[in-house]
Amino acid sequence: MASKAQQMPTGLKITTFGFIAIWFIVASFPFFWTLWGSFKVELDFFSINDWTNALTGPRTEATYGTSFTGAGYEGAWIKEEFWKNVINTAIVCFFVVCTSLTIGTLGGYALSRSGFRYVFWLLMAALIFRAMPPVTLVSGYLLPFFEWNLWGKLPTTIIVLVAINQPFTLWMLHSFFQNIPKELDESAKVDGCTQFQAFRHVIVPVMWPGVITTGLFSFLLAYNDYAITTLLLSESNRTMVPAIAAFLGTTQTEGNVMFAVAAVVSAVAPLFILVMFFQRQIVSGLTAGAVKG
Amino acid sequence: MFLRSLATASSLAILSAGAIQACEIGARVSIVGNEFPAIQTVGAVAQECTGAEVKSNLTADHQKINLAGMQGNPAEYTTAIVANSSIVALINEDVIRPLDDLVAKHGDGLAKNQLITVNGKVMAVAFMANAQHLTYRQDLLEEAGVAVPTTYEEMLEAAKTIREKGILENPVGGPYAAGWNLAQEFNNMFLGYGGEHFKPGTAEPSVNSEAGVKTLEMMKALSEYMNPDYLTHDSNATSAEWKAGNVALMHMWGSRVGRLKDTGDGALEVVANNTAIAGPLTVGGGDIPASTLWWDGWTVAKNISDAEAEATFIAMKNGVSPEILGKPEVPEQAVWLIEGYQPTEAATGVFAAANSGTKPYPMLPYMGLLHTALGNELADFMQGKESAEQALKDVEAAYIAAAKEKGFL
Amino acid sequence: MKHRTFFWFFLPTGLAMLLFIAAPIVSVVMQSVFAPHEAVLIEVENCTPLSGCTTETTIDQDATRDLRESAPLGRFVGLDVYLDRGHLAVSEFKEAWATAENWGQFFDSLGNLPFYRAMAFTLTFTFTVTPLLIALGLTIALAVNTLHRHLKGPLIFFSLLPMIVNPLLGSLILFWMIDSRGVLGSLIQYLANDPGLSLKASTPLMWISLIVYGVWHSAPFAFVVFYAGLQTLPQDQLEAAQIDGATRWQQVRFVIIPHLMPLMTFVALIQLMDNFRVLEPIVGFNASAHAQSLSWIILNDLSGETQQLSAASATSVLTIIGVAILLSPVLVRTWRDFKGKT
Repeated sequence: MASKAQQMPTGLKITTFGFIAIWFIVASFPFFWTLWGSFKVELDFFSINDWTNALTGPRTEATYGTSFTGAGYEGAWIKEEFWKNVINTAIVCFFVVCTSLTIGTLGGYALSRSGFRYVFWLLMAALIFRAMPPVTLVSGYLLPFFEWNLWGKLPTTIIVLVAINQPFTLWMLHSFFQNIPKELDESAKVDGCTQFQAFRHVIVPVMWPGVITTGLFSFLLAYNDYAITTLLLSESNRTMVPAIAAFLGTTQTEGNVMFAVAAVVSAVAPLFILVMFFQRQIVSGLTAGAVKG
Repeated sequence: MFLRSLATASSLAILSAGAIQACEIGARVSIVGNEFPAIQTVGAVAQECTGAEVKSNLTADHQKINLAGMQGNPAEYTTAIVANSSIVALINEDVIRPLDDLVAKHGDGLAKNQLITVNGKVMAVAFMANAQHLTYRQDLLEEAGVAVPTTYEEMLEAAKTIREKGILENPVGGPYAAGWNLAQEFNNMFLGYGGEHFKPGTAEPSVNSEAGVKTLEMMKALSEYMNPDYLTHDSNATSAEWKAGNVALMHMWGSRVGRLKDTGDGALEVVANNTAIAGPLTVGGGDIPASTLWWDGWTVAKNISDAEAEATFIAMKNGVSPEILGKPEVPEQAVWLIEGYQPTEAATGVFAAANSGTKPYPMLPYMGLLHTALGNELADFMQGKESAEQALKDVEAAYIAAAKEKGFL
Repeated sequence: MKHRTFFWFFLPTGLAMLLFIAAPIVSVVMQSVFAPHEAVLIEVENCTPLSGCTTETTIDQDATRDLRESAPLGRFVGLDVYLDRGHLAVSEFKEAWATAENWGQFFDSLGNLPFYRAMAFTLTFTFTVTPLLIALGLTIALAVNTLHRHLKGPLIFFSLLPMIVNPLLGSLILFWMIDSRGVLGSLIQYLANDPGLSLKASTPLMWISLIVYGVWHSAPFAFVVFYAGLQTLPQDQLEAAQIDGATRWQQVRFVIIPHLMPLMTFVALIQLMDNFRVLEPIVGFNASAHAQSLSWIILNDLSGETQQLSAASATSVLTIIGVAILLSPVLVRTWRDFKGKT
């Protein structure tokens, strides 16, 4: 595969490798620092006196006898029942990804297969919709949601997250579908399929790479959302991010920062598994239907 | 095994229900409020009432949802737990009801000073108080040989001595983060200088005054003794500085001081054991402390049936009944305004504030707008980018624009 | 595709966007031209615990209720909110223009107005972060692409970390790391050989910190997209360029970048929009003394003790207009592409 002409000169090889090493450190250092620090007490984690305390943990040792403690994890998972929030997040993410991909693929497919002028304007409208700051959107929902007794429930939040993610999903899937040759479904239609049958039997089998990549971004949006979940979910239905925010306390009362740190570290673990599992699809997904602007 | 623990649990539940007087309600109750231990206690005890469902939704974002949640008819929330700053938004929009008839019918056991009256009508029942007051490091003041300050001028002197003796580089702390916190510090100091935020009886601002300029100058003088990052230090960051032992003097929320004296959880013993508290400071020779008094209390929604209002009143009264103080952790959670409360050591600062004539945070319809304007416009002065007069002029201009939009001017 | 078929395919997503984005946008626009009624104020006696009774002002609800019921939308103020000091500040702008003796003074006066102050930071942020993150993302993608395939997998995950870790706490942790006594702050002090250096105390340094955070946080997105694009690179083109004697740099410049151009447009489009709405790092770094953005103003208006709905709505509409202007070159290009296709 790699022809001799493509072989890199040693100097370039070292530069590239050095660059990758630096990027690796830059990208992951804060996370590893947090992972390490999550087993310390707050005074060591923030270590205002001497930053090396965050590494050695003298206060942790003074309190617990060892320089590592699971107190943050215990507090978050057992005392504050963080697992409930994890379950809520799992529910929200699962349904957001499924719904958003289902209606997004239908819409994105239609946009890519129709040549009428309104397609352009619909895409533009979607873009403008995405420009709206979510904080303002949410404050507009509050009154009607309370009025119709929809506020605070998981399904409401799921639908709102789906709707807010639609512009991005549509744009991305539209680009993917454009790279799937039109001849495929055209010929199916010539054979007597309806448009939906053509979509179902010809397009669906080849669309997965693009859909999975779009799904990853939908998932991350739902997983990390704060603005919407914090205002639309009641205390009992909280997902992880508002729960983490609640650990941080308010102006007049002190929170439990180490609970939040432990919770954030735990929140990354499932993502690691997810990305490792899907990484081939993510990349090949973008490969199969290189996104077009 | 499971059955036995279940039986133990339910007998405990019966016991604790018995300890707090029986509470019987006939209609739904739904609570919205801020999220911290004292309010969680009140909410949990209110939920012990039987006969109908008591829902509780406690979140730091309560101020963003309580208005919308009480505007519908019927309202989602039958009660909102608010403070003197946030009750204003509910009164402005007319979503809470006067409680006089309910107080007459079910109010036995509520102390007179718990009743918040507006225009002669009881609008809220307060159950806890808060104020900013002096917190100091006993050992460091002794080391520097300075007395505990009672005025801000003395605080500056003490800070100067501590720095000169090389004990601490930045001995003064305080929640001076730009935004809400900085504005609150201004309010405290401004009241201490005898300032009036508004021209009496109107919504016209009057912060651009002699008192305003003096206030800013004092804040600037104090900031010289603070960590250079002080404009990013909210009360969390200020507490962290304190716990690290980098601060000797600060004006801090009473509600946060208890945790600073706590020796557990990795705290430095020398800091925790030497953290001492005193009442709020005065400034500029005035006798009104440069601080504000705060309360937290509950209200009852307007757009609900009378039966629901009555149930809400009964449940919430149960939540703030003197019996809750019987649980060992409860008296430490707040400075309670409940009868029978014995102030803990951490509460002395707030009580000193109340006894020395500290003014309450103004319950004016347009105070919130001025607070936002102050938070937004004062940072430029603190950074030395403009004069005190210019900063206060900007504050008034920003406030006037907001007040015109809101229909106050 | 027939209009009818298109309609049924597009209906679910269209309906979701119509209900949850288009309708709220309409109500936001309405809210920005209607303000609350003028309040009828009265003086009353208020009593609070521990401090006794005082005379204070409050709203006369009976008088105000009639006003509210006769016109539930509020009073129509047209573009007043857009033009007031909190937004476009037209009269202050004119005054600054008339009184300023030189450009420096003029910009100083503008910097005193919240909207222009926010625009200064927002535009600087948008136009530095976007090109930097595209360049960084591309470089990472090119570099990772040369690695052995066993190394590629883990590196993709670790490169995604800045995007995965929740920004709420991520920025708080970085806030402490860049503190003058934190691990990164100490490192910077050591490198700059200035023990008094603090990133949080000076406006320019705070801007740089925010920009670095912005690039760090968004580069993974560009990286993933570009990396995927590289997989579709036609090998014959590259080989043809090599036969023609193109240097490695020339190959990147004339073969790889043109191939990735559509992807770059896509990334630029999304990132220009997201960076223009920058909010999380400002909140996480407590940086509002040094840097404000339009989204931050909206949040501030909505989270004060008294919510300013009309002001927040007007700023939101201005944000949408700002994004539209910012993206217009890209949009025009898309329009040409679209017309070319049909």
